Formats: sequence, structure tokens, C-alpha cells
Amino acid sequence: MNEILTKAPQGHIEVRNFSLSYDSIEGPVQAVTDTQIHVKPGEFVSIVGPSGCGKSTLLNAVAGFLKPTTGVVTVDGERVNGPSSERGMVFQQYSLFPWKTVRENVEFGLKMRGMARSQRERAARTLLGLAGLEAFEKHYPDKLSGGMKQRVGIVRALATGPKVLLLDEPFGALDAQTRVIMQQILTNMWQRLKISVLFVTHDIDEAIFLSDRVYCMTARPGSIKAEIPIPLERPRQQAMMMSSEFLALRRGLMSLIREESIKAMGGEITDLGMQGLNIELHGHSLADVI
Amino acid sequence: MAVATTETEPASDAAPPAKPTSFGTLALRWYKLNRNGLRATAIGIISLLVFLLVWHLLTTYRVVFFVRFTNVPSPLAVYASFTKAIHDPKFLMHILLSCRRILVGFSLAAIVGVPLGLVMGRFKLVHEIIFPVAEVLRPIPAIAWVPMAIMLWPTNEQSIVFITFLGSFFPILVNTLHGMSLVDPVLVRAAQCLGARERSIFREVYFPASLPHIFTGLTVGMGVAWVSLIAAEMISGQYGIGYFTWEAYSLVQYPDIALGMIAIGVLGLGSSLLIRGAGQLVMPWRLK
Repeated sequence: MNEILTKAPQGHIEVRNFSLSYDSIEGPVQAVTDTQIHVKPGEFVSIVGPSGCGKSTLLNAVAGFLKPTTGVVTVDGERVNGPSSERGMVFQQYSLFPWKTVRENVEFGLKMRGMARSQRERAARTLLGLAGLEAFEKHYPDKLSGGMKQRVGIVRALATGPKVLLLDEPFGALDAQTRVIMQQILTNMWQRLKISVLFVTHDIDEAIFLSDRVYCMTARPGSIKAEIPIPLERPRQQAMMMSSEFLALRRGLMSLIREESIKAMGGEITDLGMQGLNIELHGHSLADVI
Repeated sequence: MAVATTETEPASDAAPPAKPTSFGTLALRWYKLNRNGLRATAIGIISLLVFLLVWHLLTTYRVVFFVRFTNVPSPLAVYASFTKAIHDPKFLMHILLSCRRILVGFSLAAIVGVPLGLVMGRFKLVHEIIFPVAEVLRPIPAIAWVPMAIMLWPTNEQSIVFITFLGSFFPILVNTLHGMSLVDPVLVRAAQCLGARERSIFREVYFPASLPHIFTGLTVGMGVAWVSLIAAEMISGQYGIGYFTWEAYSLVQYPDIALGMIAIGVLGLGSSLLIRGAGQLVMPWRLK
């Protein structure tokens, strides 16, 4: 634990000239093209974009599950060649091992590292305590709520003391209230551990509330459309989401994404269609209503 | 529930509810909680009794209506031959021998089938080599192997065990393969980014993830093992409960036919219960 807490800031993610395509019967399909992103040590960075824009593809490449077609992914200057416990990952589907208890799930990474049983049990208990899950250490994941499962998922990814934490729409399956609490928990853990975070989401509020910086991606083939620094003070409170600063950021990101979403839908919604919406909304523009 | 049973003797339903949790309320609560289970048990017992009654009536009145119950032994006659048989060392030997054949044949099938299925599920090449052969041999019923088995194996005993093995082998193999094909790839990825290597992933993810299907295979395999064993014993055996049943027919010991059949049923039921119990021991996370 102490080792994790006092580690010098590291975990500099760099993605350069990145593109990724896969083969299909009609020839190669570009999923992501010409993309540069970086995450500084200890920074919290989100990627947002319309669905299918390749944001998860990008994250999976950083995790080492996918090989870039061109370009490189490095963490602290070292090229990523495959999955490793240096890059912890949290999945939307929780992906806890159903046959392991909560504590055994958290211990897994340490076990793979060859840590002695008593030692890793102690480490897992400490971490579960931080997440308020010590009472559930002997439970099987099946018995837990979605929010609890995802807390275990985060704790499990952090147990090995990774340099970076990658999260792929981790709260997408949770209800709104649980999601807010989970965001708070994640922020707390991130600040405590001084770890770099790369966070993929389609929820703009979530991205702004959590991040130091947000990348907005274009529709497929995905690339970075904009990079938006989030200068909001920390610690951030829920009430901040009503501040004019927050709302301005939100409006900006919203319009960026809307353009891309319309593109992604292949022009199904035309400008005319949007005007039609305006009329039905009795003179309010769509942006005002949202 | 423990309290409810200890209070059963002194209290009665008519007792006034003096304490807040009197026997009456406890009994009522216990009843409400277990209503469905009790109902199923009660109906199950009644249905078995009705079965026995119908059997008794059909045989006592020697009903002939498409099927002939003229020579079918009555339940009482079967019970009488049962009381005689349990003191007969020969009958016990028949049962023990059948059990031993099942144990050896089925265990071998599990020892070969499960690892083979796991390896085939993991390594494409092994799958591509073995699967076609397995698919060709699989539809052949174990009973059709009897002549071949007699040629292959030097002793009768070995050929019967071989038939039992074959019967349970394919269900075990196929279900293990099926379990491997359903392993959630996200769990594999989760293990990978926690630092797991190939061997650990196999042991910690693929194997436990396949266990429910492996146990389905073992349960089905056990059923088929009994089917194959009984058929083999009837054809080529000298001992065993299948042979006992067939011999009873040859010797016109009609009650013994039914006794043999019931013994087979009970043994089959017992062995599948054993497997279910083992499954619950091995997969505690599946307990509801």
C-alpha cells in the first residue's frame, strides 16, 4: 500500500501518429486515423465522441489489446506491446471473475505477481477498506449491486499499483445516482494515488466533472477533433455542475459532439429536420431545452 | 427454523400466542417461507403413492388392455424379492460389480474427456485435428461397440468398462468444449491486464468458467454410462445388475426383473446426486 501511495509521479501516456484499421471483405476499414493524444503523469484525461468513433479502440490500443496499424503508443517512453499490469483497466461490463470472492478478485493481480497469500490478503483488505467494501470481501460478485461491482473492478485494477488506469465507459451501466457517487469515489482514489487516468465515456457531464482535459473525437474514422482543458477548481463538488463555467464548457463540447453525431448518422437528420424540432419546441432552440 | 423444530413437541397449534414469537407464529412463518418446497414434496409423495397403487391394481387384476399385465409382478411380490435379495451376497455382488464398472469407466472418461476438451477449446490446431474424428465416432451408440469391444479387449470385464467409458466420454468432451467456447473474452482480457500469463489464464479463467458446462457433461455422461453399462452387461456380462435383470427373465423370476430395474434406477439417481453434490462443492459461487 505505502509503496503505491508514495510512488513518484509517472505514467506518461503518449499516442503518436496513431491509426488503426482492420480487414473486412470490402477491404480495410479505418477505425481510427491520424491521432495524437497524451496524458501527463497524474493527469485525468477523458475521451468523448459519438458512438462508434473508435474511442474504445484507442483505449484498447493503450491497454495493449490492439496493435496500431501505424504509429506508436508509449507509456513513460516504453512502447506498449501487449497487456500488462502496469496499465490497469476497468471495463463497462465489470468483468469480475464470478468464481472468485470479492477479495480473491482484488488479490488476483498480486497473486499473478507471485506475492505470498497472507501478504496479498492483507493488501486486498486494506484496499477494500478504502473503497468501503471490507464487509463484502467474502461475497461472490453475483451478490453485489452494479455500483459495488464496479468499485471492486476499480480496486482490483489499482491493487497492483499500475502507472496508469484505463477506464472504458465504467459507469455506463449504472443508474444516475450511483454514477454520481462512483465519480466521487474515482476522483478520491485518483487524487490519493496520483495516478494517470485515461477515461472513455459518452457522457459529457461526466467527462467535464472528472477531467483535467477532454479530447473530443470525430465520427468514424475517428480522430481528435478538439482538445479542451477543464480549468475547474478541485476538489469539485456536485453543485459545480450548475455553475456558468461548467455550463459554458458543456455547451461547447455538446455542439462539437452534435456535429459529429449527425455525421455519424450519415445525414439522417438534416438541418431542415432540426428546424422542424425547433418549431415543435415552441421557439426554444434545442440547445436551450437540453 | 431450529427454534421451530425444538418447540414442536410441547406446543400445539391451539396454544395461545403468549410470547411475541410463539410456536404458532414461528410455524406459520416457517410454513410461508417453505410453502413451495413443502407443496412440491407433498405432491411428489402423493404421486409416487398413486403410481404404486396403479401398479398394484393393474397387476392384481391382471389387466390386459393393449399391454398385458398378466405376468408383471406386483409391488408386493417385488418387495418380497427385495427383502430376500438384500440378504443374498450374490445380489450385492452384482450391484457392487456394476458400481465398480461405472466408477472405472466413468472416471476414465472424465480424466480423458475434460482435459482433452479444455485443450481442444484452447488450441485451435488440436481442435481441428481431433474434432472430425470425434464427430464421426460420437453418433455411434455405445451398445454398437459391443462386438468391437469384445474383439479389442482380452477380458469381458475390460470390454464392459470400455463400453461404459465410451458412453460417458462424448457427452463429457462435447460439453467441456461448449463451456470453453462460451468463456467471456472480457474476463480473459481482464486477467491479462492484471498480469496473467497463458498458464494462469487457463487455470484461473478458462477452467473455472467452463466448470458449469463440465458438470453438465458429467451429469449427462453419468446417465449414458449407466445406459451403456446395462446394455453391455445384458449382452456380454456374467455379473452386474444388468446381467441380473436379464438372468431373472431367462429364469422366469419375474419379480427380480422389476427389482433389477428399480435397483438400476436407484443407482442412477444416486450417482447423479453425487455429481450434483460434487458440483456444488466445486462451484460455491453458483449456490443461490
